[in-house]
Amino acid sequence: MNLIVEREKGLLELERRIADLRTANVSQPVDMSAEIAALQAKYEELQREIFGSLTPWQKVHMARHPNRPTALDYISQLDRFDELHGDRMFRDDPAIVGGFALLRGRPVMVVGEQRGRDTKENIKRNFGMVTPEGYRKVQRLARTASRLGLPIVTLVDTKGADPGISSEEHAQSEAIAKCLVEFSEARTPIVAAIVGEGGSGGALALAIADHVIMLEHSVYSVASPDAAAAILWSDATKAEEAAARLKLTAADLQQFGIIDEIVPEPLGGAHREPALVVGKVLGSVSLALQRLSEMPVEALREARYQKYRRIGAWQKERPEPIGSTR
Amino acid sequence: MAMPEWLRSRRGKNAEARDAALWSKCPGCGEVLYRRDLAANQFVCTKCGHHFRMGAHDRINMLIDGDFHEIGAEVQPGDPLGWADKKTYAVKLAGDREKSGLSEGVVCGLGAMDGFEIALGVMDFHFRGGTMGTVVGERITMLLEEARKRKLPCIIFTASGGARMEEGMFALMQMAKTTAAVTRFMDEGNLFVTVLTDPTTGGVSASFAFESDVIIAEPKAMIGFAGRRVIEQTIRQKLPDQFQTAEFLLEKGHIDMVVNRHDLKAALVRLLQYAAGKVVAS
Ligand SMILES: [Zn+2]
Repeated sequence: MNLIVEREKGLLELERRIADLRTANVSQPVDMSAEIAALQAKYEELQREIFGSLTPWQKVHMARHPNRPTALDYISQLDRFDELHGDRMFRDDPAIVGGFALLRGRPVMVVGEQRGRDTKENIKRNFGMVTPEGYRKVQRLARTASRLGLPIVTLVDTKGADPGISSEEHAQSEAIAKCLVEFSEARTPIVAAIVGEGGSGGALALAIADHVIMLEHSVYSVASPDAAAAILWSDATKAEEAAARLKLTAADLQQFGIIDEIVPEPLGGAHREPALVVGKVLGSVSLALQRLSEMPVEALREARYQKYRRIGAWQKERPEPIGSTR
Repeated sequence: MAMPEWLRSRRGKNAEARDAALWSKCPGCGEVLYRRDLAANQFVCTKCGHHFRMGAHDRINMLIDGDFHEIGAEVQPGDPLGWADKKTYAVKLAGDREKSGLSEGVVCGLGAMDGFEIALGVMDFHFRGGTMGTVVGERITMLLEEARKRKLPCIIFTASGGARMEEGMFALMQMAKTTAAVTRFMDEGNLFVTVLTDPTTGGVSASFAFESDVIIAEPKAMIGFAGRRVIEQTIRQKLPDQFQTAEFLLEKGHIDMVVNRHDLKAALVRLLQYAAGKVVAS
């Protein structure tokens, strides 16, 4: 059950009533503008009450909302997209969508983690949980982009890498590790956008970038809150507590220097105005690419190395906490 | 086995006294073994050959001849999230320092192995389950940077439950940091070897553990990305005993060799010889 979907029900009901009244108002002689205005005020108040400040756990549910724009919603708004398939070894993983594209006139390589909107699509896309074959597809696309000097744009949206038998048999660890290598080495600008959930190494595999963008209500964490609760307290039902402790919101991570930019969402979340949000994210990606493309490749790679080199929270000798070094 | 002075000072009197007094039950065969006998046999069961988890300093002592010059010992953990559940992170760390005699989950440094200068990192499961937080990531990175500067081969022993939850995203980012350091180090023609010991999972297996030229594992070590429990919960069935063992990974082509601990040093030295181009036919 999605908490946001539940909380939205009252709002959607009000929305319908207002729309009905508006239709009626046109065709009937009695003026109902006052009633409409009152309902509209009530609607806005309720909306602020529900979405004005979301807890980390509510944000997790927002990030997992079935109507939240997915990678393909962004890709479909690119000027052009030529999808490339397969890992050249075993299989094409539908949880990864990637290929050549044009973003505001600029040729790029786009790679995204794709979950489904309904049960049928989720089964096909494995709920956005990527298998080693998917990560190997990412690697080969990143290598091609690096060789051709095409900027790489990634769209991150996964609870985590697939934890199945076949994924272990096909070396999930190695597949993720080599994605990290490819993105570390790439001789081309990389911009990553965390558009939904960014869970653990499965997300990081697509998120080593020169510029990392996060949507306001996206989450990005060392492990999904459910997995973290299981690891920490052997109790997945404590996911809400884990979500609160992990500091996984966009605001937290920007403060830590782990992400670079937050794209705001409309009140109620990205799915309320998907076209607007997709446009804003693509606009931000485009701006970042413009800036990064002006850097010489070696300077870009050195800056990327130093960016990750700095992230951490440690101190010399003394065992009292000090917080981030950035 | 004579214990060098650096090791004696680092392990402290407590560890020695503990080893002398204690016995351990072998998880492999159930035999009760004196810690002292076990230590003398490189922590391998004298009866069934089960490889016990080893302390970092014991491991270094097993491999390094003479002095070991530690790198990154001054790097100590912070508490970036201000973590507290049943205990605060600071209290958990203090408990593990006491229990393991270590300041963090990895010991890194330079030393000589059979005449070869090497950079060596050894993770220790006894400290927070070998989890990787900032300090582990930072020390490994410092080791690789020093090895790159000195053009030394680098060997890292892994033992890890994955990323350290209590440091949140700072822990995850250590995968990126160590990978970047590995990449630069390897780009310049240096040999990188990893030895996967029981267990090697999650954020460590999915970063530097599987980025090396040669991957060795100890017998029966549990190695994988997802933990056994997570997989069993996902697929709702029991996994076979062999799943995710070193031998299973060898069969699947994920690692190069499974080497018994008694033969490990010799195997590593042979690799160092190839990399140095100094193999003399006998
Ligand atoms: Zn035994």
